[in-house]
Amino acid sequence: MFNEILDSTLTILKNELWKAIYETAIMLGISFVLSLIFGSVLGFLLYLTSNKAFFQKPVLNKAVAGVINFIRSIPFIILVVFTLPLTFYIVGTKIGPVAASVPLSITATVFLARLIEISLKEVDPGVIEAALSTGARNSLIIRKVLLVEAAPGIVRGITVTFISLIGFSAMAGMVGGGGIGNLAVQYGYYRYETGIMIFTIIVLVLIVQTAQYIGDLVAKKLSH
Amino acid sequence: MIRFEDVSVKFTRDDKTFTAVDKVTLEVKKGEFFGIVGSSGAGKSTLVRTVNLLQRPSSGKVFVNGEDITSLDGAALSNLRLKIGMIFQHFNLVKNATVYDNVAFALKASSTPKNEIPLRVLELLKIVGLSDKAKLYPSSLSGGQKQRVAIARALANNPEILLCDEATSALDPDNTKEVVQTLKNIKNSYPITILFITHQMEVAKSLFDKIAVMDHGKLVEVGSSYDIFARPTSNAAKNLINKSFDGVVPQEVLDHEHSLYLITFKEENAYEAVISEVSRRFTNIDLSIIAGNIEYIQQKPLGRLLISLRGNDKAQFDSVLTFLKEKAYVHEFKGVVANV
Repeated sequence: MFNEILDSTLTILKNELWKAIYETAIMLGISFVLSLIFGSVLGFLLYLTSNKAFFQKPVLNKAVAGVINFIRSIPFIILVVFTLPLTFYIVGTKIGPVAASVPLSITATVFLARLIEISLKEVDPGVIEAALSTGARNSLIIRKVLLVEAAPGIVRGITVTFISLIGFSAMAGMVGGGGIGNLAVQYGYYRYETGIMIFTIIVLVLIVQTAQYIGDLVAKKLSH
Repeated sequence: MIRFEDVSVKFTRDDKTFTAVDKVTLEVKKGEFFGIVGSSGAGKSTLVRTVNLLQRPSSGKVFVNGEDITSLDGAALSNLRLKIGMIFQHFNLVKNATVYDNVAFALKASSTPKNEIPLRVLELLKIVGLSDKAKLYPSSLSGGQKQRVAIARALANNPEILLCDEATSALDPDNTKEVVQTLKNIKNSYPITILFITHQMEVAKSLFDKIAVMDHGKLVEVGSSYDIFARPTSNAAKNLINKSFDGVVPQEVLDHEHSLYLITFKEENAYEAVISEVSRRFTNIDLSIIAGNIEYIQQKPLGRLLISLRGNDKAQFDSVLTFLKEKAYVHEFKGVVANV
């Protein structure tokens, strides 16, 4: 009985595992990199446009915050469907890991933007004031004070975003993205391959634990 | 050096206007160690923050070196701030950066050539006595050391003015002494003008040449430190000075003594036997000494006694006071401690 399960699990894995891992890597890779770039830009934009010490622009701030809230209110699975036309326009197809990366990137970007904004807001205003009092220009203050003080929080935010992405990528897999999550659903759920289910869960847990461990380590290195 | 002309600062919140600084006119001369004292909420921090425009005045003008700085911004404001160092109550160091980087930041702000920065940072750390701490992070320093790093950062660009906003208020007495000593050393070796805000009269005594007293946003008294301590005229100043007897006189004594007077001897009478003369001449009045001290302010002795007068002979009571007032500065010492 047990040997039978093991045999069929191993057979399926031999055929499907590398493809699944490859697809997950594509989805995570693209959306993680894009969300890092755009999430940081938006996060800083949110903070800097709300702060009197920098470039207070209430209208721009409200507009960006509004768009972010709008996207954040849409459940991910609906966002995937909602962005299909956009996905097709950008990627030229609606299925596959690259196509799934479009809604994943959007979700992760707005998520990370908020987390980065929160980390920046937690920087002691007194420290920024002290930096201003030295006569430093804004660009120097942003690089040498804001970023340095918020770095541990930003790294924790990036970690949380990455881990959420793993969860979302499993969902994206169901609507044609493929990947490890899809493997679990297709075989573990529809074909009652419990071995596959357990295996994928173990793989996902390991990825999450590793990501969290690395994130914590870096955050700790940056905070004093 | 610094001149405030009719400066007011108002804050509006929920349609209510609060006047933090109310039409202050004041001049700080070059090279002075100038103190602004007042209880918390008197507006002194807000006033000092108008000097480098961390706070813009709602009305009035601030002059630095004869130049009206009130409307500066952009690069001109940056240039002004390079000439004005500032230290804060909570030090405001970048806690994820080393002591070295904290000081180097100010040098980068003034676009100091890269190769000159390391030497200058070490020179600054030497001035504040922290040469061996360059590689440490602020979290491993004591409060006094953190403030000294902040002083090094504030002095990095050879400012003409140093603003100190409650710079010792978050420190214990030992650390306060350490920072006070550092500031004294700096004042003695560099031609710098220092404007120092505090509610701690102990600090005021040991540092300032001149003192301005603020109360509820208004400037109520300005004078040399010695004069303010010897003969305060405003209630705000009297209150602050009475507070320096905090802890010296137990609450119980204050509770049941009704006629307490703080007597400050005029210099020339410092050694006259005023008290024994009172007890000889006015036999219906009992005079007892509750506390006393002699301090040196601006290198001049200042002797004070806290006395209690008792007696039902109203006429003689008044003549005692008249007699004392001829020989010394007298002011009633009441209830401040109870309010704290």
